[in-house]
Amino acid sequence: MNVGVGLPNTIPDTPGNLMIEWARRADAGPFSSVAALDRLAYESVDPFAVLAAATAATQRVRVATMVAVGPLWNTAQLVKQAMSVDELSGGRLTLGLAVGARHDDYEAAGLDPRTRGRRLDEQLVYLRNGGDGHRGLSPRSGIELLVGGASGSAFARAARYADGYAHGGGPPRAFESAASRALAAWSDLGRPGRPRLWGQGYFALGDTERGNAYLRDYYSFTGPFAEKIVAGNLTSPRAIKDFIRGYEEAGCDELVLLPTVADIEQLDRLIEAIDR
Amino acid sequence: MKVTIVGAGPAGLYLAILLRKLDPSHDVNVLERNPPDATFGWGVVFSEETLGALSEADHATYLDITDTFARWDRIDINYGDRTMRSRGHAFSAISRKVLLAILQRRCRDLEVDLRFGVEVDDPQHLAGETDLLVGGDGANSIVRHSSEAALGTSVTPLGCKYVWFGTDLVLDAFTFVFKETKHGLVHAHAYPFDESTSTWIVECPEHTWREAGFDRMNEAESLAFCEEVFRDELRGHRLMSNRSIWTNFLEVKNESWHDRNIVLLGDAAHTAHFSIGSGTKLAMEDSIALANAFIRRDTIERALVDYELERQPAVDRFQQAARDSAEYFERVERQADMPPVQFAFNLVTRSGRISHANLMLRDPSFVRVLDAWFSAHAGATELRRGALAPPPMFVPLGVRSLELSNRVVRTGRDQAALVEAARSGAGLVLSDFTAVSSDGRTTPDCPVLAEDVDGTEWVSMIDAAHGYGARVAIQLGHAGRRGATESRDRGIDLPLRAGGWPLLSASPLPYTPMSLRPKEMDDADMERVRGAFASAAQRCNAVGADAVELNFAQGYLVGSFLSPLTNRRADGFGGSPEARLRFPLSVLEAVRFAAGDRVVIVRLSITDWAARGLHADEAIAIARQMGDSGADMIHVVAGQTIAGGSPEYRRGFLTSLAARVRAEARIPTLVGGYLTTPNEINTIVGAGRADLCLLEVIASDLEAAMDEEQQATRATTAR
Repeated sequence: MNVGVGLPNTIPDTPGNLMIEWARRADAGPFSSVAALDRLAYESVDPFAVLAAATAATQRVRVATMVAVGPLWNTAQLVKQAMSVDELSGGRLTLGLAVGARHDDYEAAGLDPRTRGRRLDEQLVYLRNGGDGHRGLSPRSGIELLVGGASGSAFARAARYADGYAHGGGPPRAFESAASRALAAWSDLGRPGRPRLWGQGYFALGDTERGNAYLRDYYSFTGPFAEKIVAGNLTSPRAIKDFIRGYEEAGCDELVLLPTVADIEQLDRLIEAIDR
Repeated sequence: MKVTIVGAGPAGLYLAILLRKLDPSHDVNVLERNPPDATFGWGVVFSEETLGALSEADHATYLDITDTFARWDRIDINYGDRTMRSRGHAFSAISRKVLLAILQRRCRDLEVDLRFGVEVDDPQHLAGETDLLVGGDGANSIVRHSSEAALGTSVTPLGCKYVWFGTDLVLDAFTFVFKETKHGLVHAHAYPFDESTSTWIVECPEHTWREAGFDRMNEAESLAFCEEVFRDELRGHRLMSNRSIWTNFLEVKNESWHDRNIVLLGDAAHTAHFSIGSGTKLAMEDSIALANAFIRRDTIERALVDYELERQPAVDRFQQAARDSAEYFERVERQADMPPVQFAFNLVTRSGRISHANLMLRDPSFVRVLDAWFSAHAGATELRRGALAPPPMFVPLGVRSLELSNRVVRTGRDQAALVEAARSGAGLVLSDFTAVSSDGRTTPDCPVLAEDVDGTEWVSMIDAAHGYGARVAIQLGHAGRRGATESRDRGIDLPLRAGGWPLLSASPLPYTPMSLRPKEMDDADMERVRGAFASAAQRCNAVGADAVELNFAQGYLVGSFLSPLTNRRADGFGGSPEARLRFPLSVLEAVRFAAGDRVVIVRLSITDWAARGLHADEAIAIARQMGDSGADMIHVVAGQTIAGGSPEYRRGFLTSLAARVRAEARIPTLVGGYLTTPNEINTIVGAGRADLCLLEVIASDLEAAMDEEQQATRATTAR
């Protein structure tokens, strides 16, 4: 199993140069990817912008959206964004997409959330097949696509159009159960081989309360569920080690650890925890 | 901490005990609207595992509870005029009244403030006056109602109509009784709970309940009626009523079990159908988890989150098992003629918590007899006392001219993969989608088996597979509106960017918004496609295939006629269920004729998983018609009729549909649904839910070690 690290692009008040330094150190460290979250109506840096910047600071790691809310974009623009980051990174993009759960993002984008599933399907086909005859809108066929979400249609969508499944977080057991659903969908749709399975988890090594406060704020739209996400925040090297082991045993291919505190020491401590 | 618990049921009282034990400074009071000795229901059941947890949590009550326990390790199944027994199921039960008395006494010893006859009408107000308000007030919780929006409550009726009686017949096992009445099958779930009484729950499907006239009877009349139905099994004993009223089971679920300082416990938070006997067990386990959450956590909010994180996943699993069990009892009447041993095994494994493998540990003789019976029933061995036989997965199957050495089916994407599947021991290998004509291909590289195909590759694959003892089925189909797509390595249903071909379907509706619009088939198209299926079936015979599978499912051409979502035709081939069946049946009949004595399997989507689509009842009727028109077996699949359905993926997600087709359409079934272990196959086949299972083997590290060993052996031998 590979381990990646999130960029602090959705933690409010994070200076841009810290995100770039973060990517640089991740590339020099034990990680296989750097990943960005996506939220429109929240203090954050656009995922494609931060990944584009990260490509300049990195040589090796994959750059990933974990996940981007595809339907918030116009399809051709989303495809152009993805193609651009993929090009700038020399083919290192993994594009995770989902419909997202936040109606305020759709409201801000002036879009009807009811059409989001259908829009995402269109985007995935476009990403695979290119636009209908328009110049410069045919992505390299190798852009790795992941689909996230917990509904039956999300699992079907991942198996129908993508290369794998991006899980939304939780204990290893929850990942395992989602992974078996992703595998069942893959087999049901007759896809050859097996899906790539990506997982994620939040961490705060030191400054736990700051990290928790960020999670409460970021997930306030989920109501009481935010506290469950806070409870899952990994706050000790041991918790991180156990989490990594659990995900590996559950069949995860790439586990992305997402920061909740935007201090560069957090990354150093994470590297120490993983190396130990 | 000041804790107010609404409801003095087992969960509420037990929580009060544990909190007081944890910290005597907690101020705990319990409010109950009924008097202390009023109780409804009879006995409650615990498993060994739960008893272990109770012993650890509070040894004093554990001792009192186990003192008055009725224990058994047997399940008796009275069915027809037989009793089948299964052992090794260690369970205990106690009178609910006695349990409550023990818990009340312990509460008083620990100075819990118990108040009876107190009606709570404003839980929100109460929550403001206490640190923690606990809703332990049952399935119809007042506390929950007051916070329903924040908790995300859903309540769904489940299973049969049922009524809860007691009896003075003292049973010595958990007993299921199935009685055929002139109104339909009526069943009882019964178990002892003290020296003089047993619980006796009666249930039947709603239509039987109406037919029998229960809806018009009063309490005494329905009791007398049930006494009469179960007269033989009650052996002269009587049924006793305790507000015993027929009702529907309601499954309660909550997205969140707490809202600010209000938390739910037991039935208020979740109910699990009584047929897995876990309600009180789950409730008391909730109490243990909630009390323990306060050991580690300093704030109430964090403790409640920990409690939920621990309990929700465990309860979800029980609720899933309980739904499967409730569904089993709702439909058991359709399996009433299953041979007794299989009926018993199917019953014992109904919820998925007991499988062939763990029953082998609990009750080795049962499994030995089941295996021996199964093998003899399949004609493979003789049925004798003490007989030994392989487990169901390795029992041969004969259907028409097809003789399979075992129940395992494997697929392969190409000829080499099919040979490999045969070589690794599958009884039947099933080809990938093979088009009956080149315009019926899914992708440009989709194989075609038409008249003009010489088929030497097929012949050599089939010869090789036969050499390894496997039989071969070729899956024939016409892609219809799912045709002309890119190779499946990159995705499914991606329209071909170049070099496509015109598509056909029942109605001119594109499969996805990006797909090509198909042409609505006319009479000439139907004639041609039917002919192509028939000649492809002949080619299958010619290349030596043992069976053909017709893909009439998943939105492909023939399947598109069956579903009202994809067939909007106004002519004689659309509209009513009979009209939608016309073209598919004509294809089957043409193939049946062409196939001679070879087996014809039909693949059908048993539900579209979509609003206004095909549901199981209609699809099972279709399966029956297919059987009547010459299909030998149904390959049960679901969904994909349209791209936008809402599939329900989990391990074995097709098993219950296959069981329904087999029992209700009376036709053998083949089923997949991500089955990865021999244990799943032994359970499914042994219980009569399907006849063949599609196995997907998961690679193991051990095989790498095995390869190395083999190489080393070869190297040594070579030297």
